[in-house]
Amino acid sequence: MPPVIEVKDLTKNFKDIRAVDNLSFSVPAGEVYGFLGQNGAGKSTTIRMLATLIKPSAGEIRLFGLDLQRHRKEILRQVGAIIERPDLYKYLTGLENLRIFAAMSGIRPTTGKLMDQLEMVGLAERAHSKVKTYSQGMKQRLGIATALVHDPQLIILDEPVNGLDPQGIADIRNLILHLSKGLKKTVLVSSHLLSEIELIADSMLIIDRGKKLVEGKVNELFDPSETLVEVKTTDDAAIWDKLSTSSWKDDLQPRRSDRIVLKLYRSRVPEFMKALVEMDAGILSLNTRHSLEDYFLSLTSGQQHVDAFKD
Amino acid sequence: MWTLLKIELFKIFKRSRTYIAFGAITAIILLIQVALKFDGKSYIDLLMNNLKDSFDLTDDLKVKILNGYLICFVILNTLLIQMPLLVALVAGDSIAGEANMGTLRLSLTRPVSRTQYMLVKFAAATIYTLALLIWMALLALFGSMLIFGVNDMVVFRSDGIEQIPVFDVLWRYLAAFGFAAVALTTVSSLAFFLSVFAENSIGPIIATMSIVIVFTILSEMNIPIYDNTIKPYLFTSHMVAWKGFFYVKADADGATIPGSIENLRAIMKSLGILIAYTIVFTGSAVWVFNKKDILS
Repeated sequence: MPPVIEVKDLTKNFKDIRAVDNLSFSVPAGEVYGFLGQNGAGKSTTIRMLATLIKPSAGEIRLFGLDLQRHRKEILRQVGAIIERPDLYKYLTGLENLRIFAAMSGIRPTTGKLMDQLEMVGLAERAHSKVKTYSQGMKQRLGIATALVHDPQLIILDEPVNGLDPQGIADIRNLILHLSKGLKKTVLVSSHLLSEIELIADSMLIIDRGKKLVEGKVNELFDPSETLVEVKTTDDAAIWDKLSTSSWKDDLQPRRSDRIVLKLYRSRVPEFMKALVEMDAGILSLNTRHSLEDYFLSLTSGQQHVDAFKD
Repeated sequence: MWTLLKIELFKIFKRSRTYIAFGAITAIILLIQVALKFDGKSYIDLLMNNLKDSFDLTDDLKVKILNGYLICFVILNTLLIQMPLLVALVAGDSIAGEANMGTLRLSLTRPVSRTQYMLVKFAAATIYTLALLIWMALLALFGSMLIFGVNDMVVFRSDGIEQIPVFDVLWRYLAAFGFAAVALTTVSSLAFFLSVFAENSIGPIIATMSIVIVFTILSEMNIPIYDNTIKPYLFTSHMVAWKGFFYVKADADGATIPGSIENLRAIMKSLGILIAYTIVFTGSAVWVFNKKDILS
């Protein structure tokens, strides 16, 4: 099956600024594809080009095997997109908004069908309320309903969890998984949060300053056998000294002021805990986390934007 | 296309700000009608001030002059200067308002061409302008006809007065309202064009009004150097040409000739210039919008 999205050598210049730089990637059908990068990395510009809001300076975009510039209308019938915030007509009700965007997509669903869509995103009870009375999470869910109202094959979501509370984030995450695994849609989702992409994406692309850094299957990029162990003790300096002269010295990560970090195979974590006990370390906390996050940060933020944020 | 137009009209007429213009027109017309109903004779005296040496009007004659047709003429003279602001309120909001709300990017990810989107937006703004004019006609013309009755219409001109027989007036009003619709559509197209560049509707509305005010001042001022150079090309110079429908040809005895128009050629020329402006403004708006990156 050909990729749903094929991007080749895509470039976008805004006067002297190159927002996207020779970017190439492809998104297979039926996958959740994570598009990861820090703020200002070029994610939204790329997504706007995919949604025909911005014209590329160079390069080629093919969706469903068709050239986007030449077959724009035909392609957009199969695409549902939310770009940045899901801004809707605040003076209209949720149902009216949904009806408008359905009509703009060339379909005229019955009120019952529209209510089903609202039911799917948990807004049926507020269908007749004006959007200005909705919470941020409700607006986001209505935005997703408008993106799905014409039953598109490709769904593009730009930072869908921005500004949401934990429950809202979980709802959107479950909805994306339902779209992909349940309804077999292809979903391109951008985020600056690795933890979100990691939970939902099959494949991902990391970009920085408009350039591709890495692309691949999430489970291949992330080696599950490795983990970062963070320890806080009553006397970090003393424990650091003991570890640095022990067999654990090769696993120690660069020293930080507030904790000790080691990169270990997951199977060695119990052994390490035992060693700490034997050292009589007063353990205040011990956490493990994936090394992918550090990998992401090492790729995209070699230098912090503000020195004060450094460890 | 029809579906898109229905959507646009639905959105326009669902907004409460749309009705500000209708409310303002209603209030002004009613105020003028009430004032002239109770103190119309003084107004006639004021109008006749320059001609008092030539005419001596009885009170009975003043009442006849002060009929629905004259009242409508007075209202049109007053309101058609203010109408551009009311039209710009909606036309200036067409694209800039969508950009401001963030709905522009959602709309343009739909399978609708940008040209189609723009033409529908412009058509909706034009329909709004027509609706406003029809409302004005209902109140100013037919409302005044009901309140004041109808009679021969007296038109006051700088060099005297002319009398149009009662049976020869109504079609002139219909023609004048038609002309006003074109003139206001020109203003609407200017606001629409400026709307493409902004992400906030205040900018295009103020810019439109500024242009209309500056052009109107230039059109009204008697500066010889501008008379044949700039004035003939300012659209505001042609917006008042609707009055030409009430300037009637006279025969050798000085009596007006029913069904005639003194200078139809000038009216048609003004109409042509206004239509040309409308096409240029709208065409430019579509062209710019098609090239524009949507960053809002």
